Amino acid sequence: MYQYNHKDQILIEERVAQFRRQTEQFLNGEISEDGYRNLRLRNGVYIQTHSPMLRVAIPYGVLNSKQLHKLAHIARTYDKNYCHVTTRQNVQFNWPKLEQIPGILAELAEVQMHAIQTSGNCMRNTTSDHLAGVSIDEIEDPRPYCELIRQWTTLHPEFDWLPRKFKIAVSGSRDDRAATQFHDIGLHLVENDAGEIGFKVLVGGGLGRTPVIGQVIKPFLDKKHILSYLEATLRIYNLFGRRDNKYKARIKILVKEEGLEKFNDMVEKEWLLIRDGLEVSDARFDEIKSHFKPFDYDKKAAENTSFSMYYNENKIFAKWIEHNTVKHKIAGYRAVFLSLKHPETPPGDLTAEQLDTIADLAVRYSFGEVRSTHRQNLVFADVKQADLFQLWQLLNVAQLATPNIGTATDMICCPGLDFCSLANAGSIGVAKEINEILDDIDYLHDIGDVKINMSGCVNGCAHQSVGHIGILGVDKKGVEWYQITLGGSSENEAAIGERLGAAVPKNEIAPAIGIILDVYIQQRFHEETFLETVNRVGIEPFKAKVYANY
Amino acid sequence: MQIIKNNQLIKNHWTFLEDESPVVDGNICVSLARWKSEKIQLLKHPGNLGVRILTTDDVANLGDDVGLFALVELNVLDFTDGRSFSQAYLLRNRYGFQGEIRAVGKYLADQAFYFSRVGVNGFAPENLQQTQMTLNDFTGFYQ
Repeated sequence: MYQYNHKDQILIEERVAQFRRQTEQFLNGEISEDGYRNLRLRNGVYIQTHSPMLRVAIPYGVLNSKQLHKLAHIARTYDKNYCHVTTRQNVQFNWPKLEQIPGILAELAEVQMHAIQTSGNCMRNTTSDHLAGVSIDEIEDPRPYCELIRQWTTLHPEFDWLPRKFKIAVSGSRDDRAATQFHDIGLHLVENDAGEIGFKVLVGGGLGRTPVIGQVIKPFLDKKHILSYLEATLRIYNLFGRRDNKYKARIKILVKEEGLEKFNDMVEKEWLLIRDGLEVSDARFDEIKSHFKPFDYDKKAAENTSFSMYYNENKIFAKWIEHNTVKHKIAGYRAVFLSLKHPETPPGDLTAEQLDTIADLAVRYSFGEVRSTHRQNLVFADVKQADLFQLWQLLNVAQLATPNIGTATDMICCPGLDFCSLANAGSIGVAKEINEILDDIDYLHDIGDVKINMSGCVNGCAHQSVGHIGILGVDKKGVEWYQITLGGSSENEAAIGERLGAAVPKNEIAPAIGIILDVYIQQRFHEETFLETVNRVGIEPFKAKVYANY
Repeated sequence: MQIIKNNQLIKNHWTFLEDESPVVDGNICVSLARWKSEKIQLLKHPGNLGVRILTTDDVANLGDDVGLFALVELNVLDFTDGRSFSQAYLLRNRYGFQGEIRAVGKYLADQAFYFSRVGVNGFAPENLQQTQMTLNDFTGFYQ
């Protein structure tokens, strides 16, 4: 992974000193409430229902064991012994004290971590594929491009005060695992007819209140022009994006109001004026790529096939292999998902002890590195097949081996009313009820790939609109209700879920999910997935059953 | 009154004229609207000329006039409105403005560093000392 040089290190240390000074000035009444609010947001600090929340950046979801140990230490020392993995591959602490946050940031800087631009109306953490560099369908490793973009976006002087937040995602494989179609800018590495690798650029996608699928603005962009193209797009957005209404301020609204063609003309005109001065040289690419060289893989890894014996003998291990591991481009290796969706814990939460365990296991089994996924799980990307059985046993002890990746209980869930000042409905409690229903009827073997996403409010942090089943908390006169959508997807065939009908009260949401899965089982043909069935039969059969008693 | 120019505290040598105020001696700065309507008379003024623009103004509208000014003031009415940063970039890099670009109005002291990196070299902020201090917050950057 990328290692900071002297310049990178100095920059984050200076940022810590700056935030320490800003916080002191605020506590002394020398900076206005509104001014400090905007400054702290750019350092990942929200004020929530119960206390400040600190969002720490995990650039494109890559972290090492030293960083995990540091997160464990912070959870133990400054928080209630846990942290929460977000849908943007970041990590959040829910209980730090404001005056302690500069100190926490200084500790993070010791291991090359920071919270810069993890919130606020600025360019956010760039996200990517959690299987970058190891997947079998990869065109090119997206991480070096993510790092280039990380540097370019960090403290960009012109674009720190945008109309609204701005999110970039990069995918390097044929299957889009980075949801590039739902980002302000989505970059998809593609190969053109001449065999050159470049970017397909999408613009104006996004979730939140008005979910929109991004549109292709440039089918093929030469890699060397990536920064000039981003700069041109951001300049047009900064100058012409709406600032009169925060709900209409995302770039997707500008694209919609101007029309893709006109917006494209504006960007293109700007881009041609700056393109030649901002080319990224091959030497620069090579320098960054040198940080992401393949590991020193064991060439004989495939020869040890002992794991197939365990696979045939142990049904639970076999189920874990099927759900929680995927093929690796190197024979004899697999990528392993650590499920953060244990039935007893809130989705995405990790305790300090688990963080330390993961850090140690990463060193033993996966070259000391870990990835976070946008479905709130973790990945050991490079595990030898001979180690799988032993690793599974150890992960089991740490409650990190629930064999549910990609299944219904691998729910994406925001912290909701339980923590967030924005939310108007609880999500963690409801997630637990749904989990119990799914377990009780033991659907899991039968229902396969179902993605359930649940958010506590229309801000949609859990991306409910692209869940195969989406659940959205709404407030009706102080009472929690839940809206259901079906058929959303953030994969290659991106789609926004269709509303099933009126919101249901809290005590009926979990049973409603049970009914929806019942209908699926009745309606499906052979191996058809949930999404395929919904797309074929439409939402009517589901609607009829869920609202049968209304 | 003092301002910050090229990182130094100096005395301000400019007078901003409200749209209805009579012209005074010395260096004067006017709104873009006043410039457009009184350009011919203002060009006869013996002192230097400046123009104050709002975030809603399109700097491209200054056109060739840019060479007639010794000062462009970027008037920030709301510190969250980041258009001023792109306006400064365009003035310096696209329209070749060589004079002073000064940030005036209601911006945060902590935005001065960012302003300085897109071509702003004059600051008439609400808090002079705080602003000057922040200009040295970072010794390096990526862009």
